[in-house]
Amino acid sequence: MLNLISLVLLFPLIGTAINGLIGKKLRKETVGYIACGAIGMSFFVAILVFFGLLQLPPESRVFEKQLFNWIESGSFKAAAGLQVDPLSSLMILIITGVGFLIHIYSIGYMHHDKGYHRYFCYLNLFTFSMLLLVLGNNFLLMFIGWEAVGLCSYLLIGFWFEKKSASDAAKKAFIVNRVGDFGFALGIMLIFITFDTIDFTGVFHAASQGNIAVGSFTVTIITLLLFMGATGKSAQIPLYTWLPDAMEGPTPVSALIHAATMVTAGVYMIARCNVLFMLSPFTMTVVACIGAATALFAASIGLVQNDIKRVLAYSTVSQLGYMFLACGVGAFTAGVFHLMTHAFFKALLFLGSGSVIHALSGEQDMRKMGGLKKHIPITYRTFLVGTVAIAGIPPFAGFFSKDEILLEAFVRGNFIYWAVGALAALFTAFYMFRLLIMTFHGKSRVDHHAMEHLHESPKNMTVPLKILAVLALLGGFLGIPGASAINGFLSPVFGEHGHVETHGAEACGSHAACLPYLMMVISTGIAIAGIYLAYLMYIKSPELPKKLAERFSLIYKLLLNKYYIDEIYDALFVNPIKKISLLLWKRVDAQLIDGTVNGVAGFVRGFGSVLRLSQTGYVRNYAFYIVAGCIFIIVFVVFGK
Amino acid sequence: MITITHYLVLSAILFMLGVVGVLIRRNAIVIFMCIELMLNAVNISFVAFAYHLHSMQGQMFVFFTMTVAAAEAAVGLAIIVAVFRNKETVNIDDMNIMKW
Amino acid sequence: MESYLFYIVGTIAVLAAVYLIFERNPVFCALYLIQTMVCIAVLYILLEAQFIAAVQMIVYAGAIMVLFLFVIMLLNIKGDEESKRSFPFRKIPAILMGIGLLTVICIILKSKLLQGKQDVYTVAHIESLGNTQLIGNLLFTDYLLPFEITSILLFVAAIGAIMLAKRKL
Repeated sequence: MLNLISLVLLFPLIGTAINGLIGKKLRKETVGYIACGAIGMSFFVAILVFFGLLQLPPESRVFEKQLFNWIESGSFKAAAGLQVDPLSSLMILIITGVGFLIHIYSIGYMHHDKGYHRYFCYLNLFTFSMLLLVLGNNFLLMFIGWEAVGLCSYLLIGFWFEKKSASDAAKKAFIVNRVGDFGFALGIMLIFITFDTIDFTGVFHAASQGNIAVGSFTVTIITLLLFMGATGKSAQIPLYTWLPDAMEGPTPVSALIHAATMVTAGVYMIARCNVLFMLSPFTMTVVACIGAATALFAASIGLVQNDIKRVLAYSTVSQLGYMFLACGVGAFTAGVFHLMTHAFFKALLFLGSGSVIHALSGEQDMRKMGGLKKHIPITYRTFLVGTVAIAGIPPFAGFFSKDEILLEAFVRGNFIYWAVGALAALFTAFYMFRLLIMTFHGKSRVDHHAMEHLHESPKNMTVPLKILAVLALLGGFLGIPGASAINGFLSPVFGEHGHVETHGAEACGSHAACLPYLMMVISTGIAIAGIYLAYLMYIKSPELPKKLAERFSLIYKLLLNKYYIDEIYDALFVNPIKKISLLLWKRVDAQLIDGTVNGVAGFVRGFGSVLRLSQTGYVRNYAFYIVAGCIFIIVFVVFGK
Repeated sequence: MITITHYLVLSAILFMLGVVGVLIRRNAIVIFMCIELMLNAVNISFVAFAYHLHSMQGQMFVFFTMTVAAAEAAVGLAIIVAVFRNKETVNIDDMNIMKW
Repeated sequence: MESYLFYIVGTIAVLAAVYLIFERNPVFCALYLIQTMVCIAVLYILLEAQFIAAVQMIVYAGAIMVLFLFVIMLLNIKGDEESKRSFPFRKIPAILMGIGLLTVICIILKSKLLQGKQDVYTVAHIESLGNTQLIGNLLFTDYLLPFEITSILLFVAAIGAIMLAKRKL
């Protein structure tokens, strides 16, 4: 069954090819069926592969399928091969599963769009690239997938390219990602120089054999460069600015690419390279610090945003910060677990917000919503599940994963990690309920024009919402503390260092044995506090937010304008680079380089026009030259000796 | 006593006169005659060396030179006729189509 | 006796050549060239090359020069016509170039560059067999291949001349 793994990749590619090449001529229904069918088949194969993997004994759950030799140049070898292990099989289940639901949802959401076939072509291509990213058995193949998902992200953010803000956002996402990808590429080259191979197996084997000293300079640089790639793709400080702007794309795209799958590629990559990262304590500290900082930073911005999708975008950045915090303290399992639950509830939230936007004919500003509860009841109920899940109320999915991260941060990291994470959790609960209340409760502020068209979404949009709601409700039970299925499943990948909640508790002594339970109570309390604050400010006394904003106008403005980070980046990087580029273009290129080239050409031309005077075309002159040449040759022969 | 040098100098003078003729004349047929003169001048050298070195090779070469000269004359004069037919002149100063 | 003959004939040849290059009328040019060739034929006889001398008279002075005269008369060319373009100093550099050429040739003659191997064909040997028979023998033995190629050359030249001179094929 594991041999079927290439089919997982093949189906989306076929879908891309059909929709890209002849999609324009097909009927809309056909395009949708092909795209969804491709991902559905892929999902089915992924399930088969997953069960195939389960049948193997846990310690030998690695399967590599070599497709063909791709590059061979000297000692450099790169094969196109696929690697199935617990981590990648979990990832392909998430990608194809959530992707399948979002594809179905898209049929309804994009129904009226002109670029219907183009949309599904890109979406299938994205799925293919993402699967390639997680299935590749070497760094180069992973990099190809990494770049291809970036390309698809660019294409889909700028899907409505006639809107200037959309095309600008697409370019921003692409360019900011370039910065990170540059680091990633350098990291891969350094890996090749250090280990003389880029195969995952070879590199990790060499690294785990103790050839590389813990904390050595090379491995620190390698991991920092890899992490630089991860910050770009997964929108961490300082490269997070593209993700909120990426919300210009269609909402299902935000759900699939910018919440559930692509942005988690960085987390996946760090989890995949856990052997390398464990060798560099310094990098781990950097990862944890940046993760924690991002979690808090993005959550604080999310507190005051008014655009429903932007709140969710900052929430995504914040949740990704949690995953990096988990990876940074060495709790890779917790990070991947949160990645999975996050994929469920954030996809749900985005799709729900898409349903709201759909119902309101494109309105995204929460100040023009309110009271939608009774008009779109299915959306409301599913959205509520997602909100509760992300806020961290037991027994919803977000509770288990977030709680595990906070626990690990406390046990393995230090109190500050935990405090920052807990504060971010408080913020998360607050802004998510603020969003919920502003959108669905209270008095309606919808303008009457949109009110006329207000309708619940069609079935093909609500069914995915319901399925995702079930997943968001139950997904957390895979990782119940003490009986965690996901820990056991992932342990072959992460070794003994992946998860140590019991081991950590033992280390703390008997008095700390109840620590996990204490933590659960505390984090539930934090979540409830956040929800109560939101209830207080937006239902009980709706004038309170205004007063607070006036009272702390400086902080409010700072948050509303996202700490002016975009403006700072513009001043620090964008504008100087623009100026330098202008200088290089106008002066260096147009004048210096073009001048040199044109000057050489002009000189040759002028010299030639002088020289051509010697070519008269008269036989007399040529005869004269011949005689002169004869004389010269004779003189040369006679006197040359 | 006449030595080989006398013959060679005479040959050189005739050759030089042929060259000067080629360079200063305008009439293509006369230029052609000057070329024949140069060929003849070289033939003198051949025969003089053959006499001097008791060899037959010089005479054989003159024999072949003459055949080549005959062929050349036939083709060259045909070319001049063809050119005259096109341009109504054999004045080489009116022909500069070798330059593009 | 022989040396007087050489000087007389050589002088006539050079004078005829000088007239050739300065005479305006092409017909006279051709006659001066015939004059030079006859003189050269006499020199060949002085050099014991009777067959070559005869061929010089028949082929050169006879056939080729008749062809020249024939073409001159066919085209009805009268002297050097004045060209539309003028080359004001065309004669002086040409004459200087000729003098330079003569100088370097004389320098070669003076230097001992021209050395050769003595062969067996002394005058007595040639006279015992006869010049024409000797050349005939050589043509059909040592020089057979060049001789045959010459025939092809003449054949091609005849075809080429017809091709070029004919108005329409």
